Amino acid sequence: MNYFLTEEQQAIVETAREIAEKKIKPVREKHDAEETFPWDVVEEMRKADLFGVYFHPNYGGLGGAGFELVLVVEELSKMCGGIALALAATALGTFPIILFGTPDQKKKWLPDLASGRRLGAFAITEPEAGSDATATRCQAKKDGDFYVLNGIKNFCSNGESAEIYTVFATTDPKRGARGVTAFVVEKGTPGFTFGKKETKMGIRASSTYELVFDNCRVPASNVLGKEGYGLFVAQATFDISRPGVAAQALGIGTGAMNEALAYARVRRQFGQSVLSFQSTQHMAADMATTLEAARALLYSVTRAMDVDMKAAVDASEASGKTVYEELKKVSSGRWTKYSAMVKLFCSDTALNVANNAIQMCGGIGYMRDFPVEKYLRDAKICQIYEGTNQIQRNEIGMMLTKELAAKGL
Amino acid sequence: MGLHIVVCIKQTPATSNIQIDPVTGTLKREGMVSAINPFDEYAIEEAVRLKERVAGSTVSVLTMGPPQAEESLRDAVARGADQAFHLTSRAFAGADTWATSYTLSKGIQKIIKEKGPVHLVICGKQTNDGDTGHVGPGIATWLGWPDVAYVKKVEAVDEQKIVVHRMMEDGVDVLEMDLPAVIAVLKEINTPRVASLKGKMNAKKVVIPQWNEEAIEADKKCIGLGGSPTIVSKSFNPPPRKGGIKLDGATPQEKAKALVDKLQEHKLI
Repeated sequence: MNYFLTEEQQAIVETAREIAEKKIKPVREKHDAEETFPWDVVEEMRKADLFGVYFHPNYGGLGGAGFELVLVVEELSKMCGGIALALAATALGTFPIILFGTPDQKKKWLPDLASGRRLGAFAITEPEAGSDATATRCQAKKDGDFYVLNGIKNFCSNGESAEIYTVFATTDPKRGARGVTAFVVEKGTPGFTFGKKETKMGIRASSTYELVFDNCRVPASNVLGKEGYGLFVAQATFDISRPGVAAQALGIGTGAMNEALAYARVRRQFGQSVLSFQSTQHMAADMATTLEAARALLYSVTRAMDVDMKAAVDASEASGKTVYEELKKVSSGRWTKYSAMVKLFCSDTALNVANNAIQMCGGIGYMRDFPVEKYLRDAKICQIYEGTNQIQRNEIGMMLTKELAAKGL
Repeated sequence: MGLHIVVCIKQTPATSNIQIDPVTGTLKREGMVSAINPFDEYAIEEAVRLKERVAGSTVSVLTMGPPQAEESLRDAVARGADQAFHLTSRAFAGADTWATSYTLSKGIQKIIKEKGPVHLVICGKQTNDGDTGHVGPGIATWLGWPDVAYVKKVEAVDEQKIVVHRMMEDGVDVLEMDLPAVIAVLKEINTPRVASLKGKMNAKKVVIPQWNEEAIEADKKCIGLGGSPTIVSKSFNPPPRKGGIKLDGATPQEKAKALVDKLQEHKLI
């Protein structure tokens, strides 16, 4: 299918595919089995400039936006959704800085994130605050030019591996949703340590950690946006980051289908190729059709979003105002509904496809020395993180209701 | 200040299964996809790594070849080289390794004249079409520089000298040379990176000078087919190896006995 990529986007796809084939494929099984962070692949991705595809050239980036990120994450995830997360979770940690960073904040952190010299992470979840981020308990108390953080965040992707963390803590517990504030906390800040390393069903090449804050003093200049605006920061971030999860899911689904088709074609039963049975072909047809529909939705939404994002980023570089402020001027509306749709549809599709890919391969598909079962384990998280798919449906439903209300219906 | 490194590369058919035309005795190139000689990829990667090791260094890449060989120079820039130079002329065609190494040495002298001193020349061990391994040492001889072939590691380098590990059949030699010098590298020396996105963008924009025999002030008696002392009297594809004898036996012991009998029959043991 020709998606009319520009020459640069085509080069991005080819580079990411080459990294996936040459550098990820040989090590994915080892990192999955041993649950080790893929520093070897991260180094190759740095050298190939993959971290910089969605950054403005002022920070050493290649000047793309969300669509370029989606193309990279999709290609990497075709080989390993866990390894791809080193880059995708960095993007999730970076978007709040891109959207709400002052010129000084952007100059301080974006160049290292664009080069991949330092990885990023995003920490919002807590044991009692999953889907309900208003229940955030990690506290930040103002003390002169500092905030003192106390509490824990958990399930942080790129935890321990990343050096630049966007952390959400409450500066005013009485105010609930309006008491949460977003901070950038750098690894090595006294009082900031790592707790439990999680052992997971899938994406085992990704490090998932508990973050522990014990009287951790963070400069007030590290606040993103304003005090009490944390959940705005989070929601605006999710609006543009969810296509990244969708791309990861789409890549995982496509990778699973590719492996299953290659096997079904050579596997012979009853004297013929398994792929020649109509039941198998129907399964393959449904996989390919739903994946292509998912891709078409993801690409068109991301491209439409990028028109606004690129204009806002350029305007922000010229004006010194935040990208979020500029975005409000150029954007026709918020992207919540559409970014929820792509995340929902791509991840549900990926889970179905990965599940059927195992079925198509039969017993061998269930074995851990064959690459297909890993795709199912990796696909599952895409229905859960950055908002469960139930939360995505809530948001789509809420937006539909708001649209009706706006029409006076 | 840094090093100025020149990497000599060749565009060759993208396969190790080269076919020879039985009538003309030349390599069949029709319909072949071309790429950088695989051994030269390690030479480019090593040059880029040395550039990263020694601050302020520059990597130039040089090839002799037909107009389409420019693609391989651009590919080398995508892989991290800074600039590229193309020796191209009908008069260079049909060169053997003697004439090729002469022509490349004149190209290197031209680079020195235009861009300043060269500290190190890196070649791949050999090409996948000619397979001789002559050209690296040949360039050194023409330039009057020291050289080491079969390099598997660069231990140390600065602007005055280089310490390299040379793979030998019975071990490894550790050798130090004064610069300027030439090395030819093995595939064991590194794992080439994937060409970077910024490299690919540079590769599209880079202006590559084309130099002919006059530009490099080459002696016309030493270039191309006419300047090549090698005469190809005959070349052929080696006949495919015939199948061997299968030794049967119900047990490993029986098979071993059959093997020993066979070897004794041929008076090999």
